[in-house]
Amino acid sequence: MNKIVEKEYFSDKVIRLVVENPKIARSRKAGNFVILKIGEKGERFPLTIADADPVKGTITLVVQIVGVSSAKLAALEVGDSITDLVGPLGKPTDIELKGTILACGGGVGVAPLLPIVEAFKKAGNRVVSVIAARSKDLIILEDEIRRWSDEVIVMTDDGSYGRQGLITAGMEEVIQREKIDECIVIGPAIMMKFAALTTKKYSIPTQASLNSIMVDGTGMCGACRVTVGGKTRFTCVDGPEFDAHEINFDEMLMRLGGYRSEEVVANNKYFQK
Amino acid sequence: MSLDPEYLKNERSQEWRAALRSKIKNKERTAIQRVHMPEQAPEIRVKYQDREVNLGITAEQAALEASRCMDCVTPTCIEGCPVNINIPKFIKQIEDGDVLGAAATLKETNALPAVCGRVCPQEKQCESRCFYLEKMNLPSVSIGHLERYAADFERASGTSNIPKTAKPNGIKVATVGSGPAALSFAGDMVKNGYDVTVFEALHEIGGVLKYGIPEFRLPNSIVDFELDNLKKMGVKFETNFIVGRTASFDDLRKEGFQAFFLGSGAGLPRFMDIPGENFNGILSSNEYLTRVNLMGANSETSDTPVILGKRVAVIGGGNTAMDSVRTALRLGADRAMIIYRRSEAEMPARIEEVKHAKEEGVEFMNLCNPLEYFADEKGMVNRMRLNRMGLGEPDASGRRRPVPIDGSEFELDVDLVIVAVGVSPNPLVPSCLPDLKVSKWGTIVVEEDKMQSSIEEMFAGGDIVRGGATVILAMGDGRKAAENMHIYLQNKIANTTKVN
Repeated sequence: MNKIVEKEYFSDKVIRLVVENPKIARSRKAGNFVILKIGEKGERFPLTIADADPVKGTITLVVQIVGVSSAKLAALEVGDSITDLVGPLGKPTDIELKGTILACGGGVGVAPLLPIVEAFKKAGNRVVSVIAARSKDLIILEDEIRRWSDEVIVMTDDGSYGRQGLITAGMEEVIQREKIDECIVIGPAIMMKFAALTTKKYSIPTQASLNSIMVDGTGMCGACRVTVGGKTRFTCVDGPEFDAHEINFDEMLMRLGGYRSEEVVANNKYFQK
Repeated sequence: MSLDPEYLKNERSQEWRAALRSKIKNKERTAIQRVHMPEQAPEIRVKYQDREVNLGITAEQAALEASRCMDCVTPTCIEGCPVNINIPKFIKQIEDGDVLGAAATLKETNALPAVCGRVCPQEKQCESRCFYLEKMNLPSVSIGHLERYAADFERASGTSNIPKTAKPNGIKVATVGSGPAALSFAGDMVKNGYDVTVFEALHEIGGVLKYGIPEFRLPNSIVDFELDNLKKMGVKFETNFIVGRTASFDDLRKEGFQAFFLGSGAGLPRFMDIPGENFNGILSSNEYLTRVNLMGANSETSDTPVILGKRVAVIGGGNTAMDSVRTALRLGADRAMIIYRRSEAEMPARIEEVKHAKEEGVEFMNLCNPLEYFADEKGMVNRMRLNRMGLGEPDASGRRRPVPIDGSEFELDVDLVIVAVGVSPNPLVPSCLPDLKVSKWGTIVVEEDKMQSSIEEMFAGGDIVRGGATVILAMGDGRKAAENMHIYLQNKIANTTKVN
């Protein structure tokens, strides 16, 4: 169980893993996430499911090395097993025929965006995707996104691939050109904040999928608190997707740093080894 | 079974019990002082998260304490026990020197005796119904200490007695959750010959016994030992499995499961909804205790971080608040404070926990209520504003209602705040079962005497029904649910056989 059957490096820091777990492969829906734990003394952390194959009984995860736990996951090789893997968690994305969907993914956020793009397309929507990263080598899953999109715009901060500029520039271009019925954004919190501000100007209903700190992932700990529309919600059971125009992104950014000093110590210890 | 007067009478009239009764005069029994539980000294124990405060009584102390019990004709203590342990029998077995026999008696009705001997509020249950207290105004027999003694003796002896189980009947049943309610249910069902699988969402079995109760009150090794006994009886355990998500109830029905016990616990921590409560360094007691107890965040080798506060405020006056504040002390707090809006008299925590907390140096700021939190430029909490409270007329809980005192506001420097003001039921399971009747608080509605929910093959118990109670009440629910599910399934089989 939880055996890694495929491993692919998108870049030094971004890795795609295909993991055996037939039950989750069968039951997961677009937007769901899993909680993982690497090793007996590992930490529990969430990752959104990027893809699943119910026939082969596998799920796909994309991890970016940012700290000890993601590094430990990325260090696993084909044949190794993830110690603990549980899910699917969170409410699935509300998929229906809405018209035209603007799907926006930044960095590794493109991975969790992929099943949503696929599901919207299969539901009969026109899907325009904007994927963005700092530079060419950090653009991931472009072909897969293209497969399920009517059009794809690629943006890089440094102009090394696609068009130069932030994701919001690509979004503006599409919004100016055609009527968008709904927008979904997934990526770093700061990117989602500005993406939400962009669609708010045009009153386009927008969902953002949040990557809060979690321990259990089932509603028990409350570490993933986020303020939405002035009310405290739990990302794990009430989300992970919320109305992006109502999310307090500044608070969310602050809360992502809740264990920063402990993380710095842990990273120094781990990466110096 | 153990509440049946005929059964109790027969047990009591056995020769060895009669002989013990005539050995010592009742006057001599009542003259014996109640045993004192030996404790680790406060200045030592605050240094160790994983060392028990209560050290356990010695063999001599246990024998003497057991001889206090008069083996009453009408043992009211049993009525006070939610799982109806045959209390006089096990105590007399200790007096008789048959401690392993005593342990076996405990296990007739209690799947987790070493746990209950440590965390049950006996003073509110069996011991509150003891003849000594009810009729003589003397301290009750120390039933809890004796229970722990017998369970610990058996564990140390290495000869664990595995309760007898009926011939397997091949009927599959499942529990959702692996806390005290589910484990108690599982123990009774496996004894009745059922094929029981316990499904747990976390990576460890035990529920609140593992993630909630700290090791200085209940070592994980003791929970593991009791779990091992259940495994030996044939109970199957599956971790990392969220019933309703990982697989649906229908999937499990297709796998042959005929009935379910829902014991998923009180999931969602409550907050007070006051300004600044989402600053960093303000967390639920569930989060704090899970990080330390389940994830071992206080150990060097664990990847899970925990904030080591120096000035720690714990909001609340229940057992969870005491567990949190005493954990904070052990993790190096200079000031560990309880902030509670009523007075000590209304505190829901066990008297023993409050006593231990005081001995260890916890500051009690009773009749105080948080109003707002403040943070530094990084969003880390550094200060809070409170006001003082007075007590008004009794409220719905029967306790005097706390009322704010005008102009009493003050501020306090803090660097870690743990909110322990209660929990709401976990919505995960009910949300997967549209036909399941839930109350307006989100608890599962059951027929109280049967623990049967609105879906006939689903029984429920523990905090998901009660909204927040004790280990032993949850275990009582589990037993009651097992008894009634057994009747339900046997009737169903009888009916289908008739039809065929």
